[in-house]
Parts: sequence; structure tokens; C-alpha cells
Amino acid sequence: MQEKIVVKDLYKIFGPKPDQAMQMLRSGKDKDQIVRETGMVVGVQKANLHINAGEIFVIMGLSGSGKSTLIRLLNRLIEPSSGQVLVDGQDVASMDPRELIKLRRRDMAMVFQSFALLPHLTVLANAAFGLEVSGVPRKEREARAMKVLEQVGLGAYANRYPRELSGGMQQRAGLARALAVDPSLMLMDEAFSALDPLKRTEMQDLLLDLQREQQRTIIFVSHDLDEACRIGNRIAIMEGGRIVQIGTPDEIIRNPADEYVRAFFNGVDVNKYLSAKDIADADAVPVFKAHGDFANGFHDAIERLRAVRRNYGFVVDGERKLVGTVSIDSMIRSLESGSTELAHALLTDLPPVNGNLNLRELICRIVKMPYPLPVIEPQGQYIGAVTQTILLKKMAKEELSHA
Amino acid sequence: MRDFLPIGEWAEKTINFILENDHGVLENLGDVVGEMTALTEQLLQLVPDWLLAGIFVAVGFWRLGWKFALISAAAFVVIIGTGFWPATMVTLALIIAATLISLLVGIPLGIAAALNRRINYFLRPVLDFMQTMPAFVYLIPAAMVFGLGRVPAVLATVIFAMPPVVRLTALGIRQVNKEQVEAGITFGCTPLQVLLKIQIPGALPSIMAGINQTIMMALSMVIIASMVGGGGLGNNVLASIQRLDIGLGFESGLAVVLLAIILDRLTESFGVRKEERIARRQGGQGQES
Repeated sequence: MQEKIVVKDLYKIFGPKPDQAMQMLRSGKDKDQIVRETGMVVGVQKANLHINAGEIFVIMGLSGSGKSTLIRLLNRLIEPSSGQVLVDGQDVASMDPRELIKLRRRDMAMVFQSFALLPHLTVLANAAFGLEVSGVPRKEREARAMKVLEQVGLGAYANRYPRELSGGMQQRAGLARALAVDPSLMLMDEAFSALDPLKRTEMQDLLLDLQREQQRTIIFVSHDLDEACRIGNRIAIMEGGRIVQIGTPDEIIRNPADEYVRAFFNGVDVNKYLSAKDIADADAVPVFKAHGDFANGFHDAIERLRAVRRNYGFVVDGERKLVGTVSIDSMIRSLESGSTELAHALLTDLPPVNGNLNLRELICRIVKMPYPLPVIEPQGQYIGAVTQTILLKKMAKEELSHA
Repeated sequence: MRDFLPIGEWAEKTINFILENDHGVLENLGDVVGEMTALTEQLLQLVPDWLLAGIFVAVGFWRLGWKFALISAAAFVVIIGTGFWPATMVTLALIIAATLISLLVGIPLGIAAALNRRINYFLRPVLDFMQTMPAFVYLIPAAMVFGLGRVPAVLATVIFAMPPVVRLTALGIRQVNKEQVEAGITFGCTPLQVLLKIQIPGALPSIMAGINQTIMMALSMVIIASMVGGGGLGNNVLASIQRLDIGLGFESGLAVVLLAIILDRLTESFGVRKEERIARRQGGQGQES
């Protein structure tokens, strides 16, 4: 995948002598010591990032973690103290002002937490602002602005003023202003945080819809894990100016790097983000090979199940694809009817569970099933089994680890 | 006590030094200011009193509604009826000239102070000085440099009346929402574009309040400036003091007050956003700002 943004060893120190603070950081002093000794604040330290073209990359952290500073270093609203920010291979940190303005006009847009619409301009003029700044003639820029206003559902409000609009509508206008310049890179700083939860979800959906239509690289700062998991392809978690973990939502939820990351999930319904494959236990149910384990009829299989006190077993083929489920009863019945054909002993009413099935639906299926369910990859490979017991144990563990 | 710091002497020497070495710059400046004031005065006197008063009332109706139109109409009846119309127009001309110069210098200074910390650092004590030095004191060097007449009156008024517009312009620009400014930069504004498209429009209500304050200060100063021959209502006030003429003092004082009220409300109305004005007109339920 193509890398849109590469951040290398990026530092931001707020204060009169950033070099002195950098020296102290290098000699191993931490953020708190530096504030105490010099009064200078380390905003971002040693940030390294690779952001792919077309992905939504979420920067998450509590207030004061440096996430808003980091996003502002990307378009140099804040001057970096040291390090590189490569956008399409060009170093933003060392550009001269003229190049920087060109890059911002051509390729970057930003959406703000407070919307930051200009109160003296109509919604249409606000949406056309980026184009106006770069000198696009009025007719053309208003036509383009009108098109994006339609896209975000504000066509009817083009001639209103921002203060006449609700918060959600104002942020749609903010989004339209960013989209109007047709940037390949969008920076969104807590863009939906000021909205009520219902409106927030609505705006997230809008963003995802727009992203499906045209893939842009979006960097989204948020303090809301739900939001991050919903819209983010990958998430970076920041603490005290450092990036502590980068990964997909699944990776971060399953393997939080430290207590700070884990603390994010406090009060968050983690089960929403788990799917059947996260729970499936590969050792819970005996697995038989369709070609091999039944060479001498069912006898060996029945003995093995009895030995481990299990009633059920799964059958896979040479490529580990699931063939079906057998039980001691089904095999004995098959034997009694004089058949040693595997097909006779397979239980027909036990459809496998797709590994991507989310936890809520899995629960719905499993409460009706007093026996284990096989979990498979979309291509059919066997992953493991889920039973009521496994499910309850997993959920209890999540609860305990976050209590 | 012996005064070992002859600051007054220094000030005098400074003024004298400027007078001897300015190569006619001050004289030219004085000529421009004098011409400008005279022209304004002639223009105001060219228009018949009822027409000019009518224009004021009409603007009052447009900006503030019929109540204010009625009040200002009554005020003009009083001014014309007491015979102070010509003097009021002279005073108005002085105010207009002094205000225009104040704004021409003051607004750019305010912008510079908002954008540059060093300029602000230097300007603040100067503004404090200009505002708090007793107004009469400016009249002495002004009269020494420019002689008696309109010119020292207008220039002394400029010095006294300029600080509010400088301060409120700077304050307004500094108070523009930070993310709005960031939005401008993000979308590729040059610093000049940020100033013209975001900071000045955002600061406009504050700048208008500054203009209003400057006009009010100018009005009070041009009355005092009659001591150096500014003319207008100030002359009548001055004469009433010298002759202990209570009637003249009251009538000319009343004309000043009425002119002040009309100018204040009208200029203020240009700083308030349209819908707030409408709300106030409809029974004052609008938000007080």
C-alpha cells in the first residue's frame, strides 16, 4: 500500500529554548522533569507514523496527550521543533512558506471541533472559502461548493448564515468546506466531539459514505473509543506526547500495550468489538480428519470422544475445511443401521458460525444450542469451537480485566 | 523642594527643536488638516438645516426604528429652535475631521499592535499617556506649532480621541476565534488573506465599538479645543463661562448633549448585527451584548 504520510522522530516543545529541552529528553529526562526544571512543555515526543493512502487513521488520547498538537504538526499550524513530516515524500517541516501555502491549497483540508465557520459569510461562501483563497473565480467556486453542500445534505441552506444552523448542520458545512477543495488529505480534529451522540453517529456514517465514494486519507483525532473503532482503519494511542500503540481496532482491543491503553476501554462495551473468531477455542472439541481417522469405521473416534468425556467432535478435510459434526450418538446410530459411511453419521442441523460474526449475534445463536458450534473462516477453514461455557468465561474475563 | 528633574523644560525644548527642524512638514500637515476641516464645514453648511436633520432622522429610522427617529427629530427641533444649528455644524465638522484622521491612523496601529507583540509593548504606555494626560495640556504645543484655529483643535482632538479605536481594534483582532484563524491558514491563506478575510471581519463589532468611543471622545475634546479657537459650540460654552451666562451655558450645553446622543446611538447601531437590532426594536428581547 502507498504511504501518504510518514512522520519521522517528530518533536514539539513549547517554550523559549526547545534545543535545551531536546537535550534533556535525549539525556533521558521525562516530560514532568523538564516542566519542573525549565517550564517548557513537551507537546509531542519521538512520534513515528506511517499513514497509508486512503485509510482513516485515528489518533486517540485523553486531553493533554498531544493528539491535537500532533495533527497540527502535520500541516504546520504548529512549527515542529525537530523531525520530519513527509506528505507524498515532501517534507512539510522544512518547506518554505510559499511551498507550504501551495500544498495546503492543493492537497490538505481540516475540520475543526468548534466548526470554525466564518460568521460573516453564508454557508455557501463558507463552503467555497478554500477555493476563494486560491483564486478560483466566483461562478466556478460557488458551483463546486454547491455540489458538496448537496453531498452533505445542506443544499437547501446554502444562503443561510452559520449561526442559523444547528451544531450538526454547522459541522456538515465544515465538512463541505473541506471537501470543496477536493483534498487527498483531510485532517479532522475532534470533528464530531461537540455534537450529541445521535448526531455524532449520523456524521460518522456520512463520513464513511463519503469515504466509500472517494477514498481520501483521513487523519481523525478523537478521545472516543467507540468513534475510533467505528471509523478507524487503524488507531494510534497517545499518552504524554508519546505514541504508545498503533494498530487496528481489533489488535488494540485484544492486546492493549499497557495499563493506559487498557484504561481507555473502561466503561466501553468491548464485546461490541469482539467477533466469533476471537472467542473460538481450538482445543475445546476433538477434531477428526475425514480421511484417516475414520479408516477403521467409527470405533476409534467413539473411543477418543469417550476418553476425553466429550459427546461431539468436528470433522475436517485435508485443507482443514470443516466437513461437519459427529457425536457419539450419531456414530452409534449409524453403526446400528449397518453403515460405516461418514456421511451417515454427520449431524445435519448444526450450521457452522462465520468467524466474523459479532458477539451479540453469536450469543443469540448459542443460547438455543446446548452443544458446541464450529467457527470457520469465510473460506471454510476450521478455527475452533464456541460453547456456552467458553462464551461465558470469555465475557467474565473481559469484565474482570476492566473492573 | 528643589526640582532636580526639569522634565517640563525638556518637553519645551523638544517641541522647540521640532518646530525649528521640521522643514515645513508640520506646516504642510496643518494645511491638509485645515483644508479638510474647512471643506467638511462648508459641505455641512451647504445643505439646508431641515434637509440635513431629515437625513439624520431617516438614518435613525432605518437603523433603530421609529422611536429613535422621533427622539432625534425632537432634538433637531431644539437645536434649530435655540439658534445653535450653525455652531453645531461647525462642531460636527471638527468631529468628523478629527475622527477620520483618528481612524486612518488608529485602525492600522491597532492591527499592528494585535499582530506584533513588540509594537503592542511599545504602544500601550503611549496610549495610556495619550488618554490620561489632561486634555488641556495638548492644546499648548498644538497652538504653538499650528497657531490658533481649527488645525490645533483637530490635532489635539485626534491625540485624545484615538486610543479607544486603537485598543478596541487590537482587542477585537486578538479575540477572533483561534480555530477560525487556523481554518484560514489551513486552507492556504497568506497572512494578508487571514487578516482581510478572517481577522478584520471577525473584529468588526469591536472595531465599530472603538469608532463609537472615538467619536464620543472627539466630541468632548472639540468643546475644550474652543480655547485654541476651534469654534463651534465650544465657543458658546466658553463665552457662557466667561460671562457667567446661565441661559447661554444651558442652551449650548444642551445642543452638545443632543448631538452626542444622536451620534452615539447611530454609530453604535452600525456595530450591532442585524438580527440583534431587530430584536431590540421589537421590545428589547434581543441578547444584550
